[in-house]
Amino acid sequence: METNILSWIIWIPLLGMAAIAFVPRGKTKAIKIITAVATGVQFLATLGLLSQFDLSTGGFQFMERATWIPSFNITYILGVDGLSLPMVILTGLLFFLSTFVSWNINRAVKGYFSLFLLLDIGIMGVFLSLDFFLFYVFWEVMLLPMFFLIGMWGGPQREYAAIKFFLYTLVGSVLMLIAILALYFTCGRTFDMLLLMETAPTALNGVMWWGMSAIKVIWVLLFIGFAIKVPVFPFHTWLPLAHVEAPTAISVILAGILLKLGIYGMLRINYSMLPGAVWWFAGALAVLGLINVIWGAMCALAQKDLKKLVAYSSVNHMGYILIGMSAVIAAGAANGNNVLAAQAGLGGAVFLMFNHGTISAMLFILVGVIYERAHHRDIEGFGGLATRMPIYSGIVALAFFAGLGLPGFSGFISEAMCFIGAFPVFKGIVIASTIGILLNATYFLWAFQRIFLGTLNEKYKDLPEINRMELFTVIPLAVITLFLGIYPKPFLDLISSTMNVIIDTVANVSSFAGVF
Amino acid sequence: MTGNMFINYSLLILFLPVAAFTIQIFIGKRLPRQGDWVSIGAVIITLVLAIAMFASMLFGHDPNFSQEASFTWLDMGVFKIELGFLVDNITITMLLVVALISTMTHIFSLKYMEGDIRYSRYYAYLGLFTFSMNGIVLANNLISMYMFWELVGVSSYLLIGHWYEKDSASDAAKKAFLTNRVGDIGFFIGILLIFSSLGTFVFSEIYDGIAAGQLGGTVLTFAGIGLFLGAMGKSSQFPLHIWLPDAMEGPTPVSALMHAATMVAAGVYLVVRLFPLFTPDALLVIAYVGGFTALFAATIAVTQNDIKKVLAYSTVSQLGYMILSVGTGAYIAGFFHLVTHAMFKACLFYGSGSVIHSMHHALDKKHDHKTDPQDMRNMGGFKKKMPITYWAMLICTLAISGVPLFSGFLSKDAILAGTLSFASQNPGHFLLPVFGFGAAAITAFYMFRLMIMTFHGKPQMPEIYDDIHESPKEMTFPLVVLSSLSIFIFYTLPYFNPFSDEGWFSEMIVASDSVVPGNETAHYIAEGIHHVHYYAMALSLIVAALGIFLSWTMYFKKKISADGWAKKLKPIYNLSFNKYFFDENYNQYLYQPFLKLSNLVAYIDWDLYDKYFINGFGRVTKLFSFFTGRLDYDGLDQTIIDGIGRSTRRAGGVLKYLQTGRLQSYLLFALLGVILLVLFQSF
Repeated sequence: METNILSWIIWIPLLGMAAIAFVPRGKTKAIKIITAVATGVQFLATLGLLSQFDLSTGGFQFMERATWIPSFNITYILGVDGLSLPMVILTGLLFFLSTFVSWNINRAVKGYFSLFLLLDIGIMGVFLSLDFFLFYVFWEVMLLPMFFLIGMWGGPQREYAAIKFFLYTLVGSVLMLIAILALYFTCGRTFDMLLLMETAPTALNGVMWWGMSAIKVIWVLLFIGFAIKVPVFPFHTWLPLAHVEAPTAISVILAGILLKLGIYGMLRINYSMLPGAVWWFAGALAVLGLINVIWGAMCALAQKDLKKLVAYSSVNHMGYILIGMSAVIAAGAANGNNVLAAQAGLGGAVFLMFNHGTISAMLFILVGVIYERAHHRDIEGFGGLATRMPIYSGIVALAFFAGLGLPGFSGFISEAMCFIGAFPVFKGIVIASTIGILLNATYFLWAFQRIFLGTLNEKYKDLPEINRMELFTVIPLAVITLFLGIYPKPFLDLISSTMNVIIDTVANVSSFAGVF
Repeated sequence: MTGNMFINYSLLILFLPVAAFTIQIFIGKRLPRQGDWVSIGAVIITLVLAIAMFASMLFGHDPNFSQEASFTWLDMGVFKIELGFLVDNITITMLLVVALISTMTHIFSLKYMEGDIRYSRYYAYLGLFTFSMNGIVLANNLISMYMFWELVGVSSYLLIGHWYEKDSASDAAKKAFLTNRVGDIGFFIGILLIFSSLGTFVFSEIYDGIAAGQLGGTVLTFAGIGLFLGAMGKSSQFPLHIWLPDAMEGPTPVSALMHAATMVAAGVYLVVRLFPLFTPDALLVIAYVGGFTALFAATIAVTQNDIKKVLAYSTVSQLGYMILSVGTGAYIAGFFHLVTHAMFKACLFYGSGSVIHSMHHALDKKHDHKTDPQDMRNMGGFKKKMPITYWAMLICTLAISGVPLFSGFLSKDAILAGTLSFASQNPGHFLLPVFGFGAAAITAFYMFRLMIMTFHGKPQMPEIYDDIHESPKEMTFPLVVLSSLSIFIFYTLPYFNPFSDEGWFSEMIVASDSVVPGNETAHYIAEGIHHVHYYAMALSLIVAALGIFLSWTMYFKKKISADGWAKKLKPIYNLSFNKYFFDENYNQYLYQPFLKLSNLVAYIDWDLYDKYFINGFGRVTKLFSFFTGRLDYDGLDQTIIDGIGRSTRRAGGVLKYLQTGRLQSYLLFALLGVILLVLFQSF
């Protein structure tokens, strides 16, 4: 099927940027509307993708291929599969909604929305590109607008946060670049990821560098590069800071999508190109997951700043994803070909990737709502808001319950699947991490009690209720969370063919002796 | 009813309350009467449907009736979850209990909650609860059981915290949810253990797998204990009992519905439902936890002065009974007690609600907001003022104390016979009947203490006594209905023997055999119970009489001074009065240390690790950059680069003499260059 839909999805924001360039600086409304139209059209296009998507195949669809820099075998390749499609849709949705979350931005509007659209291009590009060079270019494109969006429109410590975010992620990018070049030179000088997925698993077998297995070296480089994005303990400390300082819409993008890029990268590259090392690393992955769960939850429990609490809850939730990802090895012969567990774990991880996207986005938007009104986020500084803002507190309750994994919301089943999948292989780790079930509930309910219950803090007796625009940004997310929590089948139908491809890739390699 | 009628009816019963919930949440406030009629209408329809199902169960007369229906909830190829519903006689009976108590609570609340600030919210949450509870009842698999289980927890959270302006209410709500979640961790691990061995969540398939020997031994024991942990949380068993007494912060009709009759019975329902999969070791754990809780909670109820607290601890104790009976294998007796207890305990709570309501109004009239309207020491002599409440509560007190002619006698007797039989077969476990009979005596004692302190004797607050009135019809109606249902005949029909539990219940609800190889058969257990039945009955009558007599002489005749004994037994009295200091100890040794640890972790994360280690990289880099900067500018740039420049200039000055303008010399240079290149290449 010949179509350029993926290119359109990536480059529509560029049209928006061009249009914004022609709008006079003062016409802020026009700039916002252009952004809304651009992201809206992009979102519709991603939905179009969904409607045309063939569920029966796990391979790439809507492929596009064009020569770019032939002398280095660099090609412009785009494609989408069951792993990237949910993230593409989520990106489309969150950028569209974030435009409205950004509606109150009134400083350097032109710059803000241009950078916002550039960020959109970068993220979409990463999810859709299948050429390593292109992937890397988009990965770096993302970094720049993020730096300015945090550094210029952020909170009081924005510059420190922005530079920290930038440097931290740059370290990751550099490691990734080394890994990409290593793959390029060892696997037939190509950046074509499809080709690499075929050749890399075998081409590197037995190759040793400085006494270390090449597979392991490349795996670790890539893993750290992606782990910083996720973030995996101990690379997580940029996250609370960046979240706290970033403007609300950017926090939404950060938590909703950017963190998932790390997971996406691991599954797309580490898992698909170096499946042998998954066997070597799965245990460590599960342990890191456990640490993320417990450490993130305990840090969240201790926070005084609501936004920081939500940020640490992301660290906590990413832990469940890592645990789910580690389950893939269950499908190998060494583990009795337990495909069931592998499907549950990997499916749960990818499902949670999406669900955390909607739930954390909701949480950050809601934190933004209260910050907008009270100009602080100190959990202890409120009290009794439920009496004053019943609709707002109802929606926060909903988001908190979704966050703490209440059945009926999509978070529950995806977390449960991560546990179910990893349990046969990593019993002790899973049992230890189920304490997260309790801790999640503790930090969310305790925060809820301190902010919303009790007698109304006199200072806030005139706090205005959540407004229509804010409701408009939250309700779609709430509906998706509820719908997928009640009936998860459509989502899992979307991803399962691709999940099975990844599982097969990893499972088959277990029969290779002496991979390293 | 034929075909899938049972399933269809059940689905209606399941979804009507959640429809009411949705309507109430979105437009409840804008409806006339804040939409209470929507909720009440919905539950009354569920009650009618439940009665219809119940009637056709009775007329169908098939003890092994069962229908299942399921649908694919998610499917990844091999990993698949089918959610479904199971309707059998236990389900039908339970649906009726839930629908009945829920309807009564809806009606009772009409007056009790009249004028409440969040009236429509209240009814909304009742609907959510009824939905979740029915979901538990109808589940045919562990996943939907767990899901509705948690939803019940949420509705409980919302309703306990209904008056969240009070810190005590919001604390209690949070405590209930979190304590339940502790149990749920066990529940979830139990599910993981079962699923990882058998690959299914469906009860019947789990039983098949265990019977086929695919899962057994220690793993199954641990799985069973895990599932039971969930039940311990929900049914408030020791040591997770701490949340239920606090849950009394919720409105009293909620206490009746959830924290007496149905929600807390969910734990019992779970172990009854899953009885066939428990190994003997798991059953022993269950028996001891239940038995100990029964006695332990009863000893606390004895000294409480808050009328609702007495009933709360009584509920904990009675739930312990039910759990105990499951542990001894007589699990149908436990379920029987669940049903009878639902009626009389809900009724007792309505009764207490009626009293509190009246006290509240009387105190309000005197503008007294300090006196606790729930403290029995402020009551006394209410019998004359509130006759319907009195008689209804008296019937229920007789029932809970195990007096013949009332329902509690039948079910309690069955449980005690079960423990006695178990102990006679396993003499090592003689403690179980001691727990059971001991708790029975204390129950009779504290229940009559409650009745006498509230309704007999002289009014303790004469100034408000005149303003104490019987409650309105909406509140007395449920009292009358449920107290009537505490009479034996409703459980023994078509027979009329008040001393035998033979009747529709024993005929329609029969025990199934355990699927665990080596466990005793249902027949064997029944035989054992039959054997000791008369001893058990005699013994239970004696302990009940003893308890009632002691209470009567102490509080009615005042022949024995309660205060005197309290002083004599000061240390024990203090322990009981302070609930054995569980909350204080949990707070001191669990919550606070954990909170401190979390603060420490956050401190390490943010103020040490990030500030010094991560930023350390930045600092080192900065320092390094400083030196490289110096090196770069002062060294490289100023000295070398500029030096090159300077030397170039100088060289230029020299080399210009090579610019001879002669072609020969240029050719010579070119040749030299080529030679040099060739030389380089060859290396």
